[in-house]
Amino acid sequence: MVFPGSNCDRDALQAARLAGMDAQLLWHEDPDLRGSDLVILPGGFAYGDYLRAGALARFSPVMGAVHAHAERGGLVLGICNGFQVLTEAGLVPGALLRNASSRFEHRWVRLSVERRDTPFTQAVPAGVTLRLPIAHGEGCYFLPGPQLDELEARGGVLFRYAGPEGNPNGSARDVAGVINERGNVCGLMPHPERASEALLGSEDGMLLFRSLLESAAAVAAR
Amino acid sequence: MTTYRFAVSVMPKEGILDPQGRAVEGSLGHLGLDGVRDVRVGRRVELSVEAPDEAAARGTVERLAGELLANSLIERWWVEMVGPVGAPA
Repeated sequence: MVFPGSNCDRDALQAARLAGMDAQLLWHEDPDLRGSDLVILPGGFAYGDYLRAGALARFSPVMGAVHAHAERGGLVLGICNGFQVLTEAGLVPGALLRNASSRFEHRWVRLSVERRDTPFTQAVPAGVTLRLPIAHGEGCYFLPGPQLDELEARGGVLFRYAGPEGNPNGSARDVAGVINERGNVCGLMPHPERASEALLGSEDGMLLFRSLLESAAAVAAR
Repeated sequence: MTTYRFAVSVMPKEGILDPQGRAVEGSLGHLGLDGVRDVRVGRRVELSVEAPDEAAARGTVERLAGELLANSLIERWWVEMVGPVGAPA
């Protein structure tokens, strides 16, 4: 999905194709999702991040189709700014605040994968952590304590910052990515598409794209 | 129909980290100012609404504030009417 101000759309397209997906760019004013099994909301600065990151993109014409897709059980992945759009749209819980450091943080982080029984992580081998880059100013995950307890209890935390690289933005309980209750919508701040080839420093992001390809194919075969 | 002018104030909720406020507070020392604390940075949005009466206009603004201008998970907001009030030009 391309919003005005998206800037990781082509990276996501490239990574999706590299994983073997039949992928195309959609425009935020498109009336439908052209039969897509998976929708990726990419990183960037949709609508210049005006008001709040993701707040205006949420009202883009295509978002009605994205909501309907999610309600049918279709897969949605929000990366970085796409995660911010998903929280603003209410498709995943929480909000993303300015980084605790007040700085734009761009560096490599290490992620623990909390669950491997999801369409987003099923191809991740047991015990494997992911090395992915982050690049954001507003990635500090927030949810009021009791709601965060509930989220944890239902397995809604999918990725956590881990290892010596630590928590780069002050996120509550090191949350780097979450999944909705139904298990078909996921948002994360790190960029799997920027870790899709060895040349880029890591291929770990491909584990997510491969997971999604496998699960979309399994759904289609049913 | 009458035109009403409103201001919507949006502030980070109590307890929500506000790095902007902290950065402003951290800069106060450079100005040689003492005794200023608890700086919080929010935003103010002003807008005009055409409506049959003030209550209807306020209702529109409150809906806009709750659904778009503020994120109720992290921000609190309030609406004030500001002048001038009159028929549309």
